[in-house]
Amino acid sequence: MMPLLTVENLATHFHTRAGIVRAVDGVSYTLEKGQTLGIVGESGSGKSVSCYSLLGLIPMPPGRIESGSAHFDGGDLLNISKDELRKIPGQRISMIFQDPMTALNPYMTIGAQLMEPLLLHKGLSKEEAAKRSIEMLEAVGIQDAEQRMNAHPHQFSGGMRQRVVIAMALITEPDILIADEPTTALDVTVQAQILELIKSLQEKNGMAVILITHDLGVIAGTCDSVAVMYAGRLVEQASASSLFHSPRHPYTHALMKSLPSMNTDGKELYSIPGMPPDLTKPIEGCAFAARCEHAIEACRGDIHLHSIMPDHATACIRAQKGEL
Amino acid sequence: MKKIVLKRLLESIPVLWAIVTITFFLIRLAPGGPFDREKELDPQIQERIEAHYNLNAPLMEQYTDYMGGLLSGDFGPSFKNASSSVNELIAQSFPVSLELGFYALCVALLIGLTAGIIAALKPNSWQDYTPMTLAMIGICVPNFVLGPILLLIFGINLGWFPVSGWEEAADKVLPSITLGAMYAAYIARLSRGGMLEVLSNDFIRTARAKGLSETRVILKHALRGGVTPVIAFLGPATAGLLSGSFVVETVFQIPGLGKLFVESAFNRDYTMILGTVILYATLILILNLISDLLLTWIDPRLRNA
Repeated sequence: MMPLLTVENLATHFHTRAGIVRAVDGVSYTLEKGQTLGIVGESGSGKSVSCYSLLGLIPMPPGRIESGSAHFDGGDLLNISKDELRKIPGQRISMIFQDPMTALNPYMTIGAQLMEPLLLHKGLSKEEAAKRSIEMLEAVGIQDAEQRMNAHPHQFSGGMRQRVVIAMALITEPDILIADEPTTALDVTVQAQILELIKSLQEKNGMAVILITHDLGVIAGTCDSVAVMYAGRLVEQASASSLFHSPRHPYTHALMKSLPSMNTDGKELYSIPGMPPDLTKPIEGCAFAARCEHAIEACRGDIHLHSIMPDHATACIRAQKGEL
Repeated sequence: MKKIVLKRLLESIPVLWAIVTITFFLIRLAPGGPFDREKELDPQIQERIEAHYNLNAPLMEQYTDYMGGLLSGDFGPSFKNASSSVNELIAQSFPVSLELGFYALCVALLIGLTAGIIAALKPNSWQDYTPMTLAMIGICVPNFVLGPILLLIFGINLGWFPVSGWEEAADKVLPSITLGAMYAAYIARLSRGGMLEVLSNDFIRTARAKGLSETRVILKHALRGGVTPVIAFLGPATAGLLSGSFVVETVFQIPGLGKLFVESAFNRDYTMILGTVILYATLILILNLISDLLLTWIDPRLRNA
């Protein structure tokens, strides 16, 4: 079966006064229908930028997509005209943003914002769009949906707003949903509800999901496969179970060690020594080598992501050789 | 909504009263009076004139008399234009200033908003630098310089527009541009800043992610928030525009209120000064109320307050 989305060698750089920031530097992955791909990494690792690039949301300048392709439904998202591209986001691929407090337009009613993609992309009449929007609000668990249509975002709590954002992303029944830290701003109980909601809609429509998060716990519960990003590159890619049972990159390993739940005996929480590298300078070899306890001379050489098992690839040369 | 308007209108009554009272006593404290001349008048004549205008009565009596007249809508006689009342003079010149101010406002909004929005869409490009440099020049060049320059070029050298008067449509072009230019410059800067601020918001990214066209993103999602600083500025600015400009009216020989205002201050024409001050204050109060109402209409977050 053809994958739904194939991203190859994507590189997005920002040309700033401080130099060229290589926010995303050669990222490849595929996404199948109905599958959930998790992208993990710390802040600034390029996980959001890699997804914004697909939807043409990178401000240019200073941003520039230097190379790569993203094949979706016979076309290349990175190489089509703006008008062509516009038919895809919001309709075939939609996005949930990190912060529900700021993602909604404070000047427009909830209803107007929900109906917008339906009116523009699906050519629905106002009545149909309103009906569909009310249904969608009900589906994401908002009570009194009909009256709520005329409310403004500031009248909603954070959790409610995030539900609206999700309803807005799902209303056109997209093929792919990109969820950028959809639950970070929410408390844990709401978090679980939201993830459940996405999952149930996914089962119903066969939608594929890209889940961007820094929370390995969220990944473990929801994803089929996981890509770990560090300094704009993929360092490890595997099925969720394989990754969690046997991480094959020292960075992934260190990330797991620094999870609070992995540490129950009251010892001080593990933190990775050092800082992520400065992305304005070109990185020779493995980006993590400077912080890695297993680093050897060869780590400064050429590094590539290689499969070591059918569903597991790592960029660590020592793991590739079976030394770790 | 009705309640808010009513409350604001009631609140403006004491404000107006304070303005009138302070002005009334302040102008009388200023040295000189309406009938002082370089050559002294015959004391008997002076006394008769002052008696005619009730100026020799005790100050408090003058004040209560004046306030009594005001309540019935009478601004009193002009001390300088013996045959006209202040009401008549304002009725003659205010419509002219109102018309000029309205055209100038249109010029200012049209040029200012267009320039500001274009500049905000292409920040740090020539489409940004050109209008913003022009706006800076517009703010720096006073209208007593701009007016004569426009007159010289378009009135005298090119002969496209008349150089003075206020009758035909062609008369109104140069004064409106002269008066509107500085406001256009301010509006351009404010709308650029406002738009840039709004465009940096997350909800604009959400709108783009919905696959909306750039035009729709700007007009439907960004414009409302982007123009709020302009609307806040327009309240007092419009009052200034509509109540006339001494400079522009003098340069182009327009029989407007601005000239009347400044001349009345020089002449110590007490009633005329008070009349124009009351008019100006009322305009400011009303236009501020309108701009506040517009702001709450635009930004729903202000409605609960």
